[in-house]
Amino acid sequence: MATVKASGPVRLMTVLPALLFLVLLSALPLANLLALSFAKVSWVEGQAQWDWVGLSNYTALAEDALFKAGILNTLILVVVATTLQVGIGLALALICSRLGRGAKAYRTLFLLPILIPGIIIGAIWKLMYNTQFGIINQTLGLVGLGPVDWLGSSSLALGSVIAVDVWHWTPFSFLLLLAAVEALPRDVFEAAQIDGAGAWRTFRRITLPLLWPAIFTTFVFRAIIAFKVFDEVYLLTGGGPGTSTQVISFTIYQRFFVQDSAGYGAAMSVVVMFLVALVIGVAMTRQKARTQ
Amino acid sequence: MSVSARRFTSRRAVTIILHGALIAAAVLTLAPFLWIALASLKTQIALLMGTVTFKPVAMNYAEVLFGNTSTFSRNFLNSVIVASVSTVIALSVGFLAGYSLLRMRWPRAVVNLFLLWAVVFNLVPPVTLAGAWYEVFRHVGLTNSLTALILAHTTLHLPMALWLLSSFLREIPNELEEAAVVDGAGFVRLMRRIVVPIMMPGLVSTGILIFIFSWNEFPVALALTNNQSATVPVGIAKFAQENEIKYTQMAAASVLSAIPALLVLIFCQRFIVKGLTAGAVK
Repeated sequence: MATVKASGPVRLMTVLPALLFLVLLSALPLANLLALSFAKVSWVEGQAQWDWVGLSNYTALAEDALFKAGILNTLILVVVATTLQVGIGLALALICSRLGRGAKAYRTLFLLPILIPGIIIGAIWKLMYNTQFGIINQTLGLVGLGPVDWLGSSSLALGSVIAVDVWHWTPFSFLLLLAAVEALPRDVFEAAQIDGAGAWRTFRRITLPLLWPAIFTTFVFRAIIAFKVFDEVYLLTGGGPGTSTQVISFTIYQRFFVQDSAGYGAAMSVVVMFLVALVIGVAMTRQKARTQ
Repeated sequence: MSVSARRFTSRRAVTIILHGALIAAAVLTLAPFLWIALASLKTQIALLMGTVTFKPVAMNYAEVLFGNTSTFSRNFLNSVIVASVSTVIALSVGFLAGYSLLRMRWPRAVVNLFLLWAVVFNLVPPVTLAGAWYEVFRHVGLTNSLTALILAHTTLHLPMALWLLSSFLREIPNELEEAAVVDGAGFVRLMRRIVVPIMMPGLVSTGILIFIFSWNEFPVALALTNNQSATVPVGIAKFAQENEIKYTQMAAASVLSAIPALLVLIFCQRFIVKGLTAGAVK
């Protein structure tokens, strides 16, 4: 592939800008964050003063109820929301490809939630969940139910947030899976039909195994994005009531910016990055072992 | 009824059920947008009363756009500036580097370094980076400036630009480039006459995606801006935190903030599907 001859300086100039961003705005801030996680920052006459505290930021994490709630809620959200999104997305993709014509119009429509700012999704659903005038409670009221305090009750709030995430991101799963479904080889299905295999059998024995890599990729992609969830929670519940919708990005934000404990927030960030890398690493290795 | 006719009817029934499922999904997708659009045309009282029929009013939009206390038009301008400038920078920088890494015989280690960067950036919650950037920009005196947010958004989306563009570039055979080089075209000429024109669709779809992602980005913007430099999502979030939430104005602001997404959907749809899925297939 490599054919273009460019003189040394030109070649260097092509990657230099990207390298500057990588070093100055990625590596350096992250290194700074790592250093910060071993320090306690206090403000003396407008100047930040770092006091080294060793590992105490990290040991404090173990006792932080907010951190534990954040990790737990995030895991629940990632597993439940992602599973639903991939399941519904797959069903819609299969239906769409089967119907063929007209499917394109649906695809356009399903793109909309992906492109809308997360914070607006939060705003829309905050209004829809409203106990006084939200459309959900109004509809329930028509059949004599409710009103239900979807965001204010600690047993319902996380479920309500998950519902919004499913609504927001199922289209993305659908889009990825539709591409995979449309790339399936036709002849295998014709052969199955000639052999008289029923719809369910064909799905179990042929469609699902062939789609498995795409399903896995979609799951990982969605899980990564779900893990970062912040916008909707910020607007819908602010982590409450209590800690019932506290998610990890929100916990970090509160500790780092709201409480202004930069060192402690940094330690939390480092742990989260490490955890994410670990989980993805394990998942990738297992998937590789499975396909080989 | 003959066997084939019966099979035909049952097939039709299945088709109708499947269409029904899709229509239900479509309605569920659209309904929230329609509801918020309707809410933005109501008076606060009409919304609170939950009246079904109402006389549409434009005062929410007027208040959001031109009201004395509203910062929305400033937020909108900030968002336009940040999203456009960071998209242009990320595209140029990412295009040059992506082209170079693919076509200019870099050692494997250099390519891997950039790959690792992209992977790490994909995994890490932006909030963790926000803290890191906040500290850096404070050191160099860029606190709360649009420049800081532009740099942050560029950095955030540069890995995506780099890998999306190289994946588009990989699909292009390089015979044309070889021929141009044999004819004695220098680097700049090669880029301007051959590579950029061929890559135009890829550049457009990557650019649109980055613009939308930057427009939508919330946590980093929240951490790095103040009232003066806040972007649209930060402005909307402020609505929800006031003691007495102006629901109908919040709805109007939400509708206005969806404009870029709607424009993209109407005019450039074919460009983004490829970009959205290309990132995942790799």
